[in-house]
Amino acid sequence: MKDPAYSIHDANEAVASVAYRLSETIAIYPITPSSPMAEHCDEWSNAGKRNLWQIVPEVSQMQSEGGVAGAIHGSLQAGTLSTTFTASQGLLLMIPNLYKIAGELTPFCLHVTARSLATHALSIFGDHSDVMACRQTGFALLASNSVQEAQDLAAIAHAATLKSRIPFLHFFDGFRTSHEINTYKLLTDSDLRDLIPLDAVNSFRSRGLTPDAPVLRGTAQNPDVFFQAREASNPYYDELPGIVEDTMEVFHRITGRSYQLFDYVGDPDAERVLILMGSGAETAEETSAWLNKQGEKTGVLKVRLFRPFSVKRFLQALPSTVQRIAVLDRTKEPGAIGEPLYQDILSALAEGRSDPDATAPHDPIVVGGRYGLGSKEFTPAMVKAVFDNLAAERPKNHFTVGIEDDVTHLSIPVGETLDIEPSDAIRAVFLGLGSDGTVGANKNSIKIIGSETDDYAQAYFVYDSKKSGAMTVSHLRFGPQPIRAPYLISNAGFVGCHQFSFIDRFDVLSHAGEGAVFLLNSPHGPDQIWDRLPRETQTAIFEKNIQFYVIDAYKVAREANMGNRINTIMQTCFFAISGVLPREEAILKIKSAIEKTYGKKGRPIVEKNFEAVDRSLANLYEVEIPSTGTTSVRELLPPVPSEAPDFVQRVTGVMLAGKGDLLPVSAFPPDGTWPTSTSRWEKRGIAPAIPIWDADLCIQCGKCSLVCPHAAIRAKIYPESEKDSLPSSFRSTAYRSKEVEDFLFTIQTAPEDCTGCNLCVTVCPAKDRKNPGRKAINMTPLESVIDEERENYKVFLDLPDPDTTMLKLDTKSSQLRKPLFEYSGACAGCGETPYIKLLTQLMGDRLVIANATGCSSIYGGNLPTTPYTVDANGRGPAWANSLFEDNAEFGYGIRFGIDKKADMAREFLGMLGGTLGDDRVRMLLTSPQTNDLEIRAQRERVVDLKRALIDLPDPRATALRGLADFLVKKSVWCIGGDGWAYDIGFGGLDHVLASGKNINILVLDTEVYSNTGGQASKSTPIGAVAKFTAGGKERGKKDLGLIAMSYGHIYVASVALGAKDKQTLEALAEADAYEGPSLIIAYSHCVAHGYNLNFGMDQQRKAVQSGYWPLFRYDPSKAQTGENPLQLDSGAPRIPLREYTENEVRFRMLFQSNPDRAKALHKTAEENLLRRIENYTRLAENGTQL
Amino acid sequence: MSIDLKTTYLGLPLKHPLIMGASPLVDQLSTVRELEEVGAAAIVMHSLFEEQIIAGVEGAEAHIHSHEDAFGEATSYFTSSADYALGADIYLDRIAEIKEAVSIPVIGSLNGRTPSGWTDFAADIESAGADALELNLYFQPSESETSPDELEAEAAGIVESVCNKISIPVAVKISPFFTSVPHFVRRLEKAGAKAVVLFNRFYQPDIDIENLETCPTLRLSNSDELLLRLRWLAILRDRFSLNLSCSGGVHTAEDAIKAIMAGADTVQLVSTILRNGPLRLTTMLREMTRWLEEYEYKTIDDARGSMSYRKTPNPEAIERANYLKILQSWKP
Repeated sequence: MKDPAYSIHDANEAVASVAYRLSETIAIYPITPSSPMAEHCDEWSNAGKRNLWQIVPEVSQMQSEGGVAGAIHGSLQAGTLSTTFTASQGLLLMIPNLYKIAGELTPFCLHVTARSLATHALSIFGDHSDVMACRQTGFALLASNSVQEAQDLAAIAHAATLKSRIPFLHFFDGFRTSHEINTYKLLTDSDLRDLIPLDAVNSFRSRGLTPDAPVLRGTAQNPDVFFQAREASNPYYDELPGIVEDTMEVFHRITGRSYQLFDYVGDPDAERVLILMGSGAETAEETSAWLNKQGEKTGVLKVRLFRPFSVKRFLQALPSTVQRIAVLDRTKEPGAIGEPLYQDILSALAEGRSDPDATAPHDPIVVGGRYGLGSKEFTPAMVKAVFDNLAAERPKNHFTVGIEDDVTHLSIPVGETLDIEPSDAIRAVFLGLGSDGTVGANKNSIKIIGSETDDYAQAYFVYDSKKSGAMTVSHLRFGPQPIRAPYLISNAGFVGCHQFSFIDRFDVLSHAGEGAVFLLNSPHGPDQIWDRLPRETQTAIFEKNIQFYVIDAYKVAREANMGNRINTIMQTCFFAISGVLPREEAILKIKSAIEKTYGKKGRPIVEKNFEAVDRSLANLYEVEIPSTGTTSVRELLPPVPSEAPDFVQRVTGVMLAGKGDLLPVSAFPPDGTWPTSTSRWEKRGIAPAIPIWDADLCIQCGKCSLVCPHAAIRAKIYPESEKDSLPSSFRSTAYRSKEVEDFLFTIQTAPEDCTGCNLCVTVCPAKDRKNPGRKAINMTPLESVIDEERENYKVFLDLPDPDTTMLKLDTKSSQLRKPLFEYSGACAGCGETPYIKLLTQLMGDRLVIANATGCSSIYGGNLPTTPYTVDANGRGPAWANSLFEDNAEFGYGIRFGIDKKADMAREFLGMLGGTLGDDRVRMLLTSPQTNDLEIRAQRERVVDLKRALIDLPDPRATALRGLADFLVKKSVWCIGGDGWAYDIGFGGLDHVLASGKNINILVLDTEVYSNTGGQASKSTPIGAVAKFTAGGKERGKKDLGLIAMSYGHIYVASVALGAKDKQTLEALAEADAYEGPSLIIAYSHCVAHGYNLNFGMDQQRKAVQSGYWPLFRYDPSKAQTGENPLQLDSGAPRIPLREYTENEVRFRMLFQSNPDRAKALHKTAEENLLRRIENYTRLAENGTQL
Repeated sequence: MSIDLKTTYLGLPLKHPLIMGASPLVDQLSTVRELEEVGAAAIVMHSLFEEQIIAGVEGAEAHIHSHEDAFGEATSYFTSSADYALGADIYLDRIAEIKEAVSIPVIGSLNGRTPSGWTDFAADIESAGADALELNLYFQPSESETSPDELEAEAAGIVESVCNKISIPVAVKISPFFTSVPHFVRRLEKAGAKAVVLFNRFYQPDIDIENLETCPTLRLSNSDELLLRLRWLAILRDRFSLNLSCSGGVHTAEDAIKAIMAGADTVQLVSTILRNGPLRLTTMLREMTRWLEEYEYKTIDDARGSMSYRKTPNPEAIERANYLKILQSWKP
């Protein structure tokens, strides 16, 4: 058993623990990768955990990071110890207040998981772009490089800010440190008590605003005094480095761990020195030590206190022998002489040389380089490359390392993988699916080893960008020495492949080192598996001398009644064959962990897991490697089919194969513009079972297709004449319609794009009355139908799409239109995507989408592939994402621009009327465009116009040709979640709605911040438990619809597809048709609600029937004809609210954990609900004005 | 004159025989306090259903944990207390909270599924502080290969292993669907049960012929259901020394008096409290007391079992003769 002074968590938890214990007020807002710190604090506060002064800190969520900064500024002014956590765009939103807080010399510590800023693209991953945008705010900037340091320097920052009165921005690398689990020595309350200066705490508190001793802060100052007053704080900054040093010294006395403002490590007589901050410094230090063992003279200077920058201490820390320095920045400042740290180092050296008192000033050659942007790997080989560059006769300056820049040729060459890790360290890599529990099991293994043995442990997890069927790669290290290797494992001693399908798609043994153990979850036994392996894998097994084991984990899971959860099984096998612990001991520890996890849940669950462990061992087989050498003729499957376009082959395909790191700079569009229609090339085949249609039972309602989140089950009609060309396996039946005759109808599943969510089957109303368990679509194991259905789907896609002008606007017909949003990476069963898909079916060919950051921007725009696609004419949604907070304004701007283009086109048309002919111009300017038929006619007119313009020499004609397409109506939609619409973007949303502009807003309301993991928003209903409201939401959700209706000129609709699809359909069409702002609030079920999402549409129905989610439409144009603009589309509540809420964990949790409070909140919810319905009913019956 | 209503049930001294039966009302601490205030002599917790715990854990696995650790921005979607909320911990914590909140006896209730589930949860409930434990023996035999004797033996075995494992007294709540209720009660007594509770109410789902679905139904009891209890209370009273508790169909003071006269030591109230609120208990207690006083009973024990099979002036009415008489007197 390990010394209890050690713990094993990620830096987010380690830092949050310190910040929480040293704070009284904590304002929070979710942003990746810092959200877990805020979540921990909220949970601890809710659980009554006390801080260092035996007080429970108050945690409060704000509407944005801007709001957090304001709230923190205020709570600091009130004299309470405050903290918060953020990253990236969130930090940018705080900047104005950072200046204020620093300008007022306010002790405060802000913890930042350093993350990229959105430029050509968003990246949730780590670099220092955000922090570097704050270096001029007056905050002290303190960098941590590891989990241990993040905890320690967090405490030092809290202490030093109190002593110095200068606020601190303490940062560590997003994901690489924030999410790395590592062994670290805990800071106890006693440690913190010894560190924190109580007198400084008291004097801070005494400076708080109070009318009992009134003062005034935040004056406005004129030219006579502002400058001097600004300089008045100088002594505080002058003293700060000394204060930090003193604090570090006190910390050293308390804990034995020593830190300096600039920590130099390496050869004391080093000639080449690398200077950097963050987790990369760990890699640099380890690599430098390794190089020095090979006889080189290198060193690494780790900058901890970046602001204020102590030139004196920097020069003292640098070895006098240094001749060449490489400064590495994890950020990019286009157009600057160099990146910030590089510039500061140059300035510091120059100052040193200018100092008349300096005896032997440093005068090395200094080069700067960029590394690790957006969490790009930074490995020992790259560190060596940087040292090698320094050793070159003419070291390259302004270089990049870790990528291949074949455009501006700034990158330096990196050699082969450099393995510098100690020989006693065990390295293991696991490939799994998000849903198979691989990561969870690895977290468990890490806990077992990290807490129950003397070994140190480290874990880091890599996720892909899909929310369903996502691949996870776990990197685990164990060993007797502390593990300082913040980079992915390359020479693993153990590789576990938990999904057999990976073997054909990825080079799974690329992670394996010489003599590695390879464990494969395989339906093929030890005697059959060899012939089933692709060539590459067989070759790797020989070349790397690999020991190979197989287990059929899914079979074992089934036999042990574990369903599809193979986590325990694969974990057991890992412990059994990896040698990380003696086998028997390891199994005992797994069982003891199972006991701990499930003990309270009852013996059967424990025993079921025990059985899984025992069965795992019994079903684990070593594979005898044949002496014949590589025999397989199977090649790895190409990531995209050969008919895919060139760009998809060259770029997308490489990314899909997991080799995006190898793509050179030239492969990429320099402005972030990417093609749409690429998700169709990615055939993932992730559904264990898919829906198969029974034509005889089908009533052709189209609901299965309507609710499908991935456009993976589709309906089509086509002339009967096509029948002869259809293969016999292709199912079809006569189309039932009053409008058209002689058409056939087919429902077809895209077998490799379906996620198997079951939503379609649940929603299918057609039951076999003789056998009600059977419906018109039934889930069928993928394996048994894949080949046939793959062909059927191809045939289906090749059939012509119907002429949309002949389709009515009803649910059934809507599903005969081609969806221009398909196969996204959204969660299986997603409640948001059916709305987007429907929108594209109705108006995708003239749709422009401004998408707020969030789930819909991730499944809509996260590479490698994008789900928006085009129709047969090449038209489809144009899509862009600006930020989280500004999406309404962004969409407004797009509308603004498109309107202007249309205006200009009309103006030019008027000017050229004489030449083009009055009739033509009149028709182009005045023809209605209210339906598909009219729009098609206008498009034809535009084609005719362009043709007429070709030969006109008038420059206005040239201009008009470029603008002519804007004479066809465009529909601009702002799409986003409730986090955007209710919280961070509400101000902009309100302004845009108020503007009267013809803009449409679709709020995909999941009632939480889904993308960041389910934090509460102002849409979260009363009584629901969500992150940031761990004790159950105290207040009801904002009535966004009512607020919008109060303007009187806004089209507003509240819709729920699962309750009344026709109303949703009409609302989308009406919003588009309305010549003014429209707001549609769409109920979207979500994994964050906690139930089986194949009941998502049932829950939508219950939400409406209970009155929880009233359906209505407010159409201001009705008022012009004397009608009441408000129409209620759902009746009085028919079922108790509880019948809706009891099915969802978010509500049930509070009933379980705090029934009294749950009951009280539920009662209020019922009262609110009735009041709201009464109010709406009254308005719908009586008032034309609100 | 005041009447002595003191009752001993499961070795616990109660101030009177009216106790709050297993129901969701005890989920709320405030209601539990209210129940004590209105005079409940003891409280039976709602059942800890092992099946529900397992379903909760499996549901959490399927619908909460399977979404975890799959996407970098959202490695979870719920606070870490979700597991706690879905497990048995809350139930056990609740017993402790209720014990803390009230001074009347608290009787745990358990419906197990597996042998170890019964014994382990029973021990947990004991450790949580329950004064006694009611085992809710509810099973729905659907296998044609299992004989009644096997089922009874299994049930008695469960009771025995629970009684061996814990030291608080155990009551067993049974269904009326045994070929020989007295024989089965004998087995239970031998297994260590200190009381039997007559009877649990079977869950009987309905069919929706329109939508072709089986629909769960929940109907509160009415006084008609008391008659079945009275019959078996009267029969069992004279044959056993273990405690008898009447559960189901007691809605009025009269109902309660009947149950006691038939031989019940305690009377469990649920439906009437759910329908009318906790104050109903006060009313019933007052009316029962008034009635007993009116008829000059000195203690409740004087009334208890006074209409049992052996003591009733017309025992044949309980037996077969009555059956024949009623049938023969029936006219269309």
